Amino acid sequence: MSLPLACPGSITLQYTDRMQDETAARTDEDTVRRQDDALRQLMRAVQEGDRDAYDQLLRRIIPIVRACARRHCQNAADVEESVQDSLLTVHRVRHTYDPRRPFLPWLTAIAMRRSIDGLRRRTRIGRHETVELTPLELDEAGELQERTDTAQAAEEAASAGPRLAELLQRLPARQREALRMLKLQEMSLAEAALASGQTVGALKVNVHRALRRLRGLVSEGR
Amino acid sequence: MMEPGVQTESALTERLIRKLSADLQPVHRLRPPAVRATLWLATVFVLVGMALYLFADWHTFLARMAVPRRALECAATGVTAVTAVLAAFVSSVPGRSRWWAALPVPPLALWLAGSGLGCLQNGWSLHGPGGFLGDSPHCFVFIVGVSVPLATALFWVLRRARPIAPLRVAALATLGVAALAAFVLEFFHPFDVTVIDLALHLSAVALIVLAGIAVRRVLT
Repeated sequence: MSLPLACPGSITLQYTDRMQDETAARTDEDTVRRQDDALRQLMRAVQEGDRDAYDQLLRRIIPIVRACARRHCQNAADVEESVQDSLLTVHRVRHTYDPRRPFLPWLTAIAMRRSIDGLRRRTRIGRHETVELTPLELDEAGELQERTDTAQAAEEAASAGPRLAELLQRLPARQREALRMLKLQEMSLAEAALASGQTVGALKVNVHRALRRLRGLVSEGR
Repeated sequence: MMEPGVQTESALTERLIRKLSADLQPVHRLRPPAVRATLWLATVFVLVGMALYLFADWHTFLARMAVPRRALECAATGVTAVTAVLAAFVSSVPGRSRWWAALPVPPLALWLAGSGLGCLQNGWSLHGPGGFLGDSPHCFVFIVGVSVPLATALFWVLRRARPIAPLRVAALATLGVAALAAFVLEFFHPFDVTVIDLALHLSAVALIVLAGIAVRRVLT
C-alpha cells in the first residue's frame, strides 16, 4: 500500500474507491457472462442449422470482432476486411465450438488471429510485394474479360478466348480459381472466400500472383 | 459521413451476413480435443503394440531398461509423444490457452537430458558399435519412415478442425509423431546412445517437424 498508516482519511477513501471498483468489475463480469450465455445459446442453435439464430448471432458478434480488428488495423477499410475474414472463419469452423464452454474466448481467438494475419499480410505487402492490385493490373484483368465478352471484339476473342483459356490452364489451381472468381466473375473477396474455402488474404495473394504470372506468360508468347 | 470505400465494405459485410445465414447447414459438432486425442493415440498404440509384440527384441529391450537412466529416457520419449499429440488436438480448436503448446516441453527436456547424460556416461565417444556412424543411419531412416505415415494419419484427423493457427498445430503434431517413432525405436535399439546417434535422432525429429511446418496449409 502506498499511503502511510498515519493518514486514515485517505485509507478510507482508497477503501471506498476499491469497493466501487470491485462492484463495477463484478457488474462488468455479470454483463459479459450474460452476453456469453446468450451467444452460446445462439451458437448451439446455429450448429443445428437455425438460420435466424445465425443472422442474429453474426450481427451481435460484429462489434466484438470489429473491436479486435481495430487493434491491428489502421484504416476503416482494413477493419471491415478483417471483420469479413473473421465472419468467414467463424462460418468455416463453427463445428469446433463446444457449447459447454464459453463462447467469447472462442470468438475472440478467431477474430484476433484473423486481424493479426491481416496485419502480417499488409506488412509483407509493404516490404516485399504489392498484393493490392495496381490500376494497370486491374486494366489487364478488365481487358482479358472484355476480350472474351465484348461483341465488337468478337473476331479478336475468337483467337484470344482459346489463348486465354490455355494461359489460365497453365496457372496453379488456386491462382486460377482466385482470378476466375474475383476478376472474371466479379465476386467480392468475401464471396470468393466463401465459395473457394481460401481466406481473403490468400485470395488477394493468389490473384496478384496469377496476374503477374499471366503477364509473364503473355510476354513469353509475344 | 463514411468514406465511399468503407461504405462499400460495410455493404459487403451486410451482404455476407445475409448469404452466410441463407446458406447455413447443420454441422456435426467436433468431439472435445482430449477425447479425439485419446482415440487417436489408443488406435496407434494398439497397432504399434501389435507390431512390437511380433517384431521387437524384447530381451535386449528389457535388459536395457533395467538401467534407470535409460528407462527414464524411454518413458520421457513416450510422454513427449503423448503430450505433443494432445497439445496438437487442443491447439487445433480456437479459444484454448496457448500454454497447451508448452505441455510437451518438460518431457522433451527430460528426453534430451537423459540422452545427453547417456552420451556423457559414454565419454562423448563419437564411435558406437560398428564404427563412426555404425547403425545410426538406420535409426534416422526408422524415425523418418515411421513418422511419415503417422503424421499423414494425424494431419488427416486434425484437418477436421481446420485450425486457425496451423503452424503451431503442425509443429506439435509432427513433434508428437517423431517422438512416438523414437519411442518405438527404443524397442529395436540394441546399444546405448552415442553422440552421432543422438545427433541423427534429433536430425530426424527436426526434419519431420520442419516438413510438417512446411506443409501446414494442408490442415486448413
